[in-house]
Amino acid sequence: MELMLAVVAGALYATGLYLMLRRRLAQIIVGLGLLANGSNILIFTAAGVTRGNPPVLPVDAAVTAPFADPVPQSLILTAIVIGFGVLAFSLVLAHRVHQSAGSDDIDAIGQRPSGSREATRALH
Amino acid sequence: MLIALPILVPLVTAVLLQLMPHRPKVLRLVAFSGALAILVASIAILVRVERQGIQVVQIASWPAPFGITLVADLFSSMLVLMVGIIGTAITAHSFSGVDPRREAFGYHALIQVLLMGVAGAFLTGDIFNLYVWFEVMLIASFVLMSLHRTRAQLHAAFTYVGLNLLASAFLLTAIGLLYGQGGTLNMADLARAWPERRTPALDAGIAMLFLTAFGIKAGLFPLFFWLPASYHTPPAAIGALLAGLLTKVGVYAMIRVFTLLFPDPQGGVYALVLALSVTTMVVGLLGAIGQGDFRRALSFNLVGHIGFTTVGLALWTPSALGGSILYVLHHMLVITSLFLVSGVFLRQRRTTSLAALGGLYRRQPFVATLAMIPLFSLAGVPPLSGFVAKLAVIRGVLAAEHYWVAAIGLMVSLLTVLSMARLWEGAFWKASPAAPPVARLSSAMLVPIAALVSLTLGLTIAAGPVFELSVRAAEQLLDRNGYVSAVLAGER
Repeated sequence: MELMLAVVAGALYATGLYLMLRRRLAQIIVGLGLLANGSNILIFTAAGVTRGNPPVLPVDAAVTAPFADPVPQSLILTAIVIGFGVLAFSLVLAHRVHQSAGSDDIDAIGQRPSGSREATRALH
Repeated sequence: MLIALPILVPLVTAVLLQLMPHRPKVLRLVAFSGALAILVASIAILVRVERQGIQVVQIASWPAPFGITLVADLFSSMLVLMVGIIGTAITAHSFSGVDPRREAFGYHALIQVLLMGVAGAFLTGDIFNLYVWFEVMLIASFVLMSLHRTRAQLHAAFTYVGLNLLASAFLLTAIGLLYGQGGTLNMADLARAWPERRTPALDAGIAMLFLTAFGIKAGLFPLFFWLPASYHTPPAAIGALLAGLLTKVGVYAMIRVFTLLFPDPQGGVYALVLALSVTTMVVGLLGAIGQGDFRRALSFNLVGHIGFTTVGLALWTPSALGGSILYVLHHMLVITSLFLVSGVFLRQRRTTSLAALGGLYRRQPFVATLAMIPLFSLAGVPPLSGFVAKLAVIRGVLAAEHYWVAAIGLMVSLLTVLSMARLWEGAFWKASPAAPPVARLSSAMLVPIAALVSLTLGLTIAAGPVFELSVRAAEQLLDRNGYVSAVLAGER
């Protein structure tokens, strides 16, 4: 089980990083999403995988180890919520970049046809 | 309770700002009082920590390794004080420097959220909580950066968002692996238990992941390229906030995590930090010399001087680390005031390109004087605070017998002088290329700059006591037992 999860996490990291090296906005964002999921699975795996023993114990039950550690699950839950918000924000940002530049190639967006004066014109 | 205030006050202020009628005057008043309240609370915290030692609050009274702990030692309370100072200055500067549409879109509330995130990152004693505060701070800064309309600004915002999210993913990975090894998230508990439980190979990997994550945020050498590509586009007040506060959070986190969790000064990671710091100085300042834009040159200077703030961590002696802490304080004040000065350029000339500036010394002698002090302080001209801070760092480096580092540091100072002289010549001294109409500057724009500049001067005058305090902070950092026992003994 650990081995499989480790392979999955590794594959997610690899694809995520590869996609983040691309020039298209959409690919960068998908890469970010995969990277976030990869780190979630990594936390889950690194903290130890336990089968069938949930950490919720009845009041008078004896504690029989090993039971699952609830902390990494709550960490992942937090990370998923944060990752979701951040991903939604970057989608909207990418949409606006695409709208204003008419291109989703990050290099083409970086080239400013009207020179650097444009950057300061609309500041105030 | 007191040390939770720098987090609670901006939270309450941000909520109030969203609930209020969106009339500029009301919003500004509330935002300013909020920032001022943070400043007052942070002064109280620093005084108490200075008198009574490390202060600890267990949130919701959960005992230490289980709940979330807030810890204020000297280093973090000094930086929280800077949050109060810079937050107040930026809020006051925004009275004149932000356009009404941006103000209506929750600008002031976002600033407060950002301050909350930064203060939280400085005060937390829990490593996962540190990640969460990083995200709070990042989201606020993302929105502040992308409340823009031009293409260059959006492009810069996208670069900023992408790179910072990458850093967050690295940080999360490091925390996950650390938890898998140590079985706890409380930094004091990790510092106590983890060194025995670690495995050397994984330990090096975790250290590298932390170094990468914090290095991206702080702007260390191979990882800084996003910073000059994005910090020169937002309005001056936002640029000043990002440059003054956010990069220093990366430096703080690096110093905190490495002193607590990797207490092996002979370790390879510190040799790497030393090499990266030195390279950062050289590359950043070489980059600064070629820049033709005031804010881009400042961004490269910002990067270059980060090297001075991490060199103390690499050397692991109280005097070098104390010098670095003094450097952080000085650099925060100076860089913030210089970015605010660029707001004056934007108001007057609509640009910060050196080619289009000039003649300000003749036309606006007061502004020129205000800009001159931080410019030459950054360059390290005696007797300004930059000279004192640089002297402290270099003395620490010499005492640790790293003569070549000191030599490079001095050479880099020369490059800074060159870069600052170019900025001074281009923006103030040379004749103005055209005769543009001079816009009237409101006092809201100049008073915060003047206040920050006088604080820089104050740092010069009080250099002795402040440096002593920095060395004490460094001793506290290097002796982990005080931190560990203060946290694990519970509330005092």
